[in-house]
Amino acid sequence: MVDAILNALTSLLMGIGYLLDHGLPNMVMILVSFLLFYLGIRKGVEPLLLIPIGFGCLLVNMPLSDVMDKGGVLKTLYDMGIINELFPLLIFIGIGAMTDFGPLLENPKILLLGAAGQFGIFITLLLSLFLGFSKLQSVCIGIIGACDGPTAIYVTSKFAPEILGAVSVAAYSYMSLVPIIQPPIMRVLTSKREKEIVMGSMGKGVSKETRILFPIIVTLITGLIAPMGLPLMGMIMLGNFMKESGVVERLTKASQEEIANAVTLFLGLAIGGTMEGHAFLKVETLIIFSLGFLAICFDTVAGVMFGKLMCLLSGGKINPLIGAAGISAYPMSARVVQIEGQRYKKTNYLLMHAMGANTGGQIGSVMTASIILSVLKGIQLI
Amino acid sequence: MDDIIFGLTLMLVGMGGTMFTLALISVAVGLIKRLFPKEHRAKGR
Repeated sequence: MVDAILNALTSLLMGIGYLLDHGLPNMVMILVSFLLFYLGIRKGVEPLLLIPIGFGCLLVNMPLSDVMDKGGVLKTLYDMGIINELFPLLIFIGIGAMTDFGPLLENPKILLLGAAGQFGIFITLLLSLFLGFSKLQSVCIGIIGACDGPTAIYVTSKFAPEILGAVSVAAYSYMSLVPIIQPPIMRVLTSKREKEIVMGSMGKGVSKETRILFPIIVTLITGLIAPMGLPLMGMIMLGNFMKESGVVERLTKASQEEIANAVTLFLGLAIGGTMEGHAFLKVETLIIFSLGFLAICFDTVAGVMFGKLMCLLSGGKINPLIGAAGISAYPMSARVVQIEGQRYKKTNYLLMHAMGANTGGQIGSVMTASIILSVLKGIQLI
Repeated sequence: MDDIIFGLTLMLVGMGGTMFTLALISVAVGLIKRLFPKEHRAKGR
C-alpha cells in the first residue's frame, strides 16, 4: 500500500524532475510565453494572435506535455488547419470581407506602391541564402517581409514547417512594430519639401459596379498570371466580393466575425504548439527574427523610394511618405503615414491616400507570394 | 540551380511580375471606372 502511494507520488513529480534534468529550453520558452502575454495584454501588440500563441507555447513547454503528440489537442488543431493551410485561407476570407478597397479604386495608380513595398522579401531571401538556409526556408523567411501573417503561415507551413513558429511569431510581431520601425526610415529618406506635399482630397467615391467588379478582375488577372496563388488571392477576393455584393450580409458578417475569430484562436494555439523549447531555441531562430526585421526595413525603403519616383513623375503631386504604406500591415502603416505627414504640416491629410497604398500592399504581398510559388513550381522545386 | 542565380531569378521575376500584374489591375480598374462612372445624384439641387 505504502509502495503504491509512493509510486503514485513519484509519478506526480516526474514533470518537475524532467524540468530540472532536461527542461532548460522549456523553462526559457515558458518565459517567452509570459513575454508574449505581456506584449499582448500590456502593450496591445496583436493580442488576438499573441495571447493564443503564447498559451499554446506555454502548454507545449510544460514538462511531459502531450498536446503536440499524436491525438493531442494542439496537434489535432495543427493537422486540422495548418498543415493543409486551411486556417490562413479562412482568415483571408475575413480580411477580404473587412477591407475597404475604395481609396485604392479612387486612385488605382497607387496600387504600384504595393508592388514596391515587397522589395524587402527578395533582399531577405538573398541574405537567407547567403547565411546558409535552404532555398525553401529562404523563401519562407523572405515572406516575413510581406508583412502579412496569413501569407507567411501559408507558405511556411507548406514548404518549411520546421521554421513555422519562428516565422509566424516574427511576422506578427514586426507587423505590430511598424509604428516604431517605419518612421525613422521615412524621415531619413524624404526632404522637408516632400514631407509637406499636400495631396488632393479624396472621397468622390466609385460606383457600386466598380466595387463589385474589382474582386472578380483581380481574381481573373492574378489567377491567370500566377495560378499557384489562387487559394490566397481567391479567398481575399471572395471575402471582398461578398462584402461589396451586399446580398450575403450574413456570410460577410460571419467571415468578419465568427469564422475569423474562431480560426484566429485555433491558428494561434496551433502555432504556439510549434514552439517547443528544444526545437525552437536555436541560433537560426534568432537569425530568422533579425532577417524579418531587415525585411520590413527594406520594404519601407523601397516603398518610400518608389514614392519619390512617383512624386517626380507626377510633378510633385504625390507625397512620397505614402510609399511606406505599400506594405500589408493594414491599416497600421497608413496611420503611421498620416501621423508622419501631420508632424510636418498640420493640415495635411494623407490617410485615405495611404489607405489606398496599404490595400495595394495587401494585394501586392499576396501577388508576390503567388508569383514565387508559381516560379518554384515552374522550376520544379516544389 | 546555384543559390545566387536562384535568388536573383526570384527577385527579377517576382518584382517584375508583381509590378506588371498590379499595373495591369490598375489599368483594368481605370477602364471599369470609365465604363461605370459614379452617378452624381441630386445635381443642381
